[in-house]
Amino acid sequence: MAVLVYVEHHNGAFKKTAFEAVTYGRKTADSLGVPCVALVLGKADGAGELGRYGASRVLQVQDPALENFDSQVYTAAIAQAVQAAGAKVIVLAHTSNGKALLGRLAAKLDAGSVSGATALPTANNGFRVRKNVFSGKAIAEYELKSEYKVISIAGNSIRPDASGSPVAVESLAANLPAPKIRTLELKRIEGEIPLPEAEVVVSAGRGMKGPENWGIVEDLAKALGATTACSRPVADSGWRPHHEHVGQTGIAIRPNLYIAIGISGAIQHLAGVNNSKVIVVINKDPDAPFFKAADYGVVGDLFEVLPRLTEAVKKMKGS
Amino acid sequence: MKILVCITKTPDTTAPVRFSADNKEYNPAGVAYILNPYDEWYSLVCALELTEKHGGAVTVINVGPADNETLIRKALAIGAADAIRIDANPSSALFVAKQIAGYAKDKGYDAIFCGKETIDYNGAEVGPMIAELLDLPFLSFANHLELDGRKAKVSRDIEGGTEVVEVELPFVLSAAKDLAEQRIPNMMGIMKAKQKPLQVIPPAPFEDKAVIAVYETPPAKSSVRLIDPENMDELVRLLHEEAKII
Ligand SMILES: Cc1cc2nc3c(=O)[nH]c(=O)nc-3n(C[C@H](O)[C@H](O)[C@H](O)COP(=O)(O)OP(=O)(O)OC[C@H]3O[C@@H](n4cnc5c(N)ncnc54)[C@H](O)[C@@H]3O)c2cc1C
Ligand SMILES: Nc1ncnc2c1ncn2[C@@H]1O[C@H](COP(=O)(O)O)[C@@H](O)[C@H]1O
Repeated sequence: MAVLVYVEHHNGAFKKTAFEAVTYGRKTADSLGVPCVALVLGKADGAGELGRYGASRVLQVQDPALENFDSQVYTAAIAQAVQAAGAKVIVLAHTSNGKALLGRLAAKLDAGSVSGATALPTANNGFRVRKNVFSGKAIAEYELKSEYKVISIAGNSIRPDASGSPVAVESLAANLPAPKIRTLELKRIEGEIPLPEAEVVVSAGRGMKGPENWGIVEDLAKALGATTACSRPVADSGWRPHHEHVGQTGIAIRPNLYIAIGISGAIQHLAGVNNSKVIVVINKDPDAPFFKAADYGVVGDLFEVLPRLTEAVKKMKGS
Repeated sequence: MKILVCITKTPDTTAPVRFSADNKEYNPAGVAYILNPYDEWYSLVCALELTEKHGGAVTVINVGPADNETLIRKALAIGAADAIRIDANPSSALFVAKQIAGYAKDKGYDAIFCGKETIDYNGAEVGPMIAELLDLPFLSFANHLELDGRKAKVSRDIEGGTEVVEVELPFVLSAAKDLAEQRIPNMMGIMKAKQKPLQVIPPAPFEDKAVIAVYETPPAKSSVRLIDPENMDELVRLLHEEAKII
């Protein structure tokens, strides 16, 4: 038996979600008393570094069919690694590609699955895994009753633990189908931490009045090393790009700190952000519903408060 | 073009979230249900647009109890030609996917559309499961689609960006925002929907591999701590020393 962690990379670079997945796999493996095996698909140097996060073995499949993401091909490769490693529990990061693989693997292995787990599995009362449901208004504890179990882990649910040491990379041969999906273009915003991975998020809404005013939001984000987000009407009006839209119809995030500026706090907005660890709300209306979901609140005009807050952050970071 | 669109219901976001006394079951008392927005607004409408442009028809399919028929009729009013209901409680994602894949297997659909995820459990599992069971390519989180003959160009959401891919029919797709514009059913559509075929078929046996054992409600948030807008140093100090997050 083993726990297999599928580790995603972008052009050979591993991200925080990848380290979280390996740490989660390691802790799960420890509780079951089995090894944790990491799997890397395609070209990535330095995969042995995953040993630092707890992988006792690292397998790598290199094949031209893996050059671009096609969930059908990747699922075939992961399933072969599952057999090679003798794995019964498979862990993935809950990313856009990870979600596609989770469903496919569960179907292929006839496995019970949990999508977006927020805690390590417990095994004292059946194999159980928790996740948030109903926009964070409840937690559901799933029991997995199958031989194989597939889990994707939500971002920021576990702190990567790099206390291990690098291991040698073993190459694995796989028999893969030809991809049916051809990638024509891949546009990622470079240099910015994608929202689902961000620990600090600075988000603004219609209270900003117009896109020309976003400089003060960006200044605060920069001072904090934060990623920027926005409410839906802001993205719909084209003030900000769509990938910044958080909420029920946008992305759901769970950063350590969410700062909401000029956002009223409609239920559909809260649905995507109320699992944040700490919420700060800045709004001139003391009755804005967002204050009910906030840990810290500032009632005031954002155009005055923001520059002050940015200065205060810089002062603290400088000292 | 024959397109199968998977539709399901979810509680309205503003609905109360309550459970049975032993916390083992969701309590639907007083809950208003809606069609899952990703299914109704984007997936169904995109499928309708394709058949309007290239010919063919859209069938909607739901795995669920008889109560769901009002919502299924709504999908027919928006424009689907006919509907299938597999008469079972949708007890897990794999159960639902097996029922739908089992039904679709020999029917020659050119595409199967799902929503990105349901807005209550956010699984995003049923679509890729159907794709795997039918050995088809899967395109998740599609936000734009153009069809040229049998070839589709699809743009999809990925972390912090977009990916544009090319694929040939048949495939399974999950619909994200922007794939289409929401359509409101009109009177004529609602009248016609009453006459459209809605076939009920029994489920195939399947034993669930994942079940919800128990629910828990998180502790209520303590009330907000207000900070003087003139004193942002104090807010920064609290975030640094008390919350320890910056
Ligand atoms: C089915 C459905 C799905 C939806 N999904 C989403 C979603 O995913 N994400 C989302 O965000 N919304 C979503 N919405 C929309 C949501 O209901 C709200 O309309 C939206 O979140 C409001 O955006 P806002 O807070 O930016 O704007 P507003 O509601 O207009 O709020 C602006 C706020 O700014 C404050 N303000 C104004 N000027 C200042 C100032 N100078 N200083 C300080 N504060 C100021 C005001 O007091 C107000 O509270 C959805 C709606 C529906 C029906
Ligand atoms: N009971 C169901 N009947 C038909 N389709 C469903 C059902 N449950 C989920 N789906 C489809 O699968 C998508 C993703 O659902 P989920 O994997 O549960 O998040 C939904 O948007 C629907 O298109």
